[in-house]
Amino acid sequence: MDDLASKADKRAARTRWLLLAPALIILVVAASGPLLITLTYSFLSPGDYGGIEWDFSTDAWFNVFLQRDIFDDTLSFADAHLSILWRSVKLSLLTTIGAVILGFPTAYFIATRPPHRRDIWMLLIMIPFWTNLLIRTFAVMELIRNEGTVNSLLIWAGVIDQPIQILFTETAIMIGMLYVYLPLMVLPLYASMERLDFSLVEAGYDLYATRFAVLRRVILPLVKPGLIAGSILVFVPSLGAYVTPRVMGGGKQLMLGNLIELQFGQGRNWPLGAALSITLLVIVMVALIFYVRAAGKDEVHHG
Amino acid sequence: MIEIDHVSKAYGAGASRFMALNEVSVTIRENEFFTLLGPSGCGKTTLLRVIAGFVDPTAGTVTMDGQDLLQLPPHQRPVNTVFQNYALFPHLTVRQNIAFGLEMLGKPKAEISDTVDDMMALVQMTQMADRRTGEISGGQQQRVALARALAPKPKVLLLDEPLSALDFKLRKDMQIELKRLQSETGITFVFVTHDQEEALTMSDRIAVMNAGAIRQIGSPTDIYEHPAERFVADFIGDTNFLSVSVRGVSGSVAEAELASGKTVKARAVMGGQGGGATLAVRPEHASLVAPDAGLLTGRLDNIVYFGTDTHYHVTLSGDDRFVVRAQNTPGAATPFAIGDAVGVSFPGGVGQVLKD
Repeated sequence: MDDLASKADKRAARTRWLLLAPALIILVVAASGPLLITLTYSFLSPGDYGGIEWDFSTDAWFNVFLQRDIFDDTLSFADAHLSILWRSVKLSLLTTIGAVILGFPTAYFIATRPPHRRDIWMLLIMIPFWTNLLIRTFAVMELIRNEGTVNSLLIWAGVIDQPIQILFTETAIMIGMLYVYLPLMVLPLYASMERLDFSLVEAGYDLYATRFAVLRRVILPLVKPGLIAGSILVFVPSLGAYVTPRVMGGGKQLMLGNLIELQFGQGRNWPLGAALSITLLVIVMVALIFYVRAAGKDEVHHG
Repeated sequence: MIEIDHVSKAYGAGASRFMALNEVSVTIRENEFFTLLGPSGCGKTTLLRVIAGFVDPTAGTVTMDGQDLLQLPPHQRPVNTVFQNYALFPHLTVRQNIAFGLEMLGKPKAEISDTVDDMMALVQMTQMADRRTGEISGGQQQRVALARALAPKPKVLLLDEPLSALDFKLRKDMQIELKRLQSETGITFVFVTHDQEEALTMSDRIAVMNAGAIRQIGSPTDIYEHPAERFVADFIGDTNFLSVSVRGVSGSVAEAELASGKTVKARAVMGGQGGGATLAVRPEHASLVAPDAGLLTGRLDNIVYFGTDTHYHVTLSGDDRFVVRAQNTPGAATPFAIGDAVGVSFPGGVGQVLKD
């Protein structure tokens, strides 16, 4: 009997490993592998025509934050890199905040429609998301360029004489990213609002809460998981955005993604590109940990 | 005192227009346990939500102590609701749930804390103060919902079928508990239910509703013993309906001729005389007798034992059904068996002649 049982155990273990295999292979090959290669590259020397030389060097990591003056050898912070880093974080934060401000009422509106009409509203939100990223970005560009729809309308209406320069500014990048990533905020927010029991909202009103108090004390705490998920989904890709800052920033307003691409391309400094990539990853991880911690602490405080 | 005057609520328009409430007028008195009773879809919950402020009536007025309630948004009305699904805030503890209304009213912290303690003691939930609402049983959630609604000391407490989700035993306990709370707090309770037994045991007065209108208002005894019409007699308790023709009316007593040709005296609700009418007889007022001694004759179809009493189902000659309910006494055997010919009898004055 024991023999039979142990055989069954072994068979169960084998089945478990077989079922896990696809996920494990993908994790090892597609996630850890490239990451390890990138990490390795960041500690090597750049090749003359791109690629890498197999010589250990910490130059790349040094260059991420610092620069050595070529004349007097003094050390200073790498202003260019740091300002790009700061711009990336700032624009990603602003995009996330903007997405919350626009996405929250949108999700609430959809969640309060009759069930059979919600799908249509969600479809309208999702259609741009299924469209090619470049096309969407150029569409926004068409709206905000100097001869674009917005400026033309404003001039026609007599509000302004000269077109407002929006394109190729940080504002343009933010508008572009906001438009591109908004569905990623609406989707999880809607999911948590759809589950929201609206009799709780009525209970709030019944217990003398004003509209604002109901929003703050009842709705917000209950949709917080969706809010956190949406914020992460918007913040993370914004931080590494490449196409939008490239098109909307006109090559002048670089973000981290563009800087990294530059090192692997024209810059021919693969180790620096690799080091910058790892830096981006670390920032994202730190931001995630910070966010989840803060959210968790808040939960305990409320409970 | 709440005065509801000719309140109507219509949904939709044109052909699909539906009157959830149709010219409803009722006065709910101070410190009263008032019950809105009716089948589902009769408009009782809609009327409750009009008082709470979640439904705007299309016509009519609602005043409380002379103040126009309809002008006030829900959060300014001195009424609180116990919701059917309790609607407790899942992100808050029992204590925080009960404190919610007081906090929104901006009461001082010390006062809130004291009131919440009192309320938790009142509903015997002190042990559970720091539990999340998802971690307590249905009966306990019910108590928390009650305490939360009572804590701000509303003038009127609205209860929307609060006991329907509880099992039988717990429901019985809560009925007594609710009645106790009502008399202890002196708050007017407006209670919505479709359960006639619940209504009869708890209420000071009952309004029976059907199809968006109030059919009868009265004390439980009034409603049960003197139903004003067929719907009320049918909905409250079990009733046998017999077609009769009225031979004469003197005062409130009618002489009704049964299908068998025999006549019996009954209370008359309808005015006038002659023509067809319906005689309502409660099963417990009738008895089984020998076929030749009965007012009506028929065949015993079924005997259903209920513990405290037994129901005898009789098919009368002429195919009408009649149920006789007899209290069980230990050792007493039924003199009739299924299939026997039997007579049905009831004393004069227990039946009621109703307008159809």
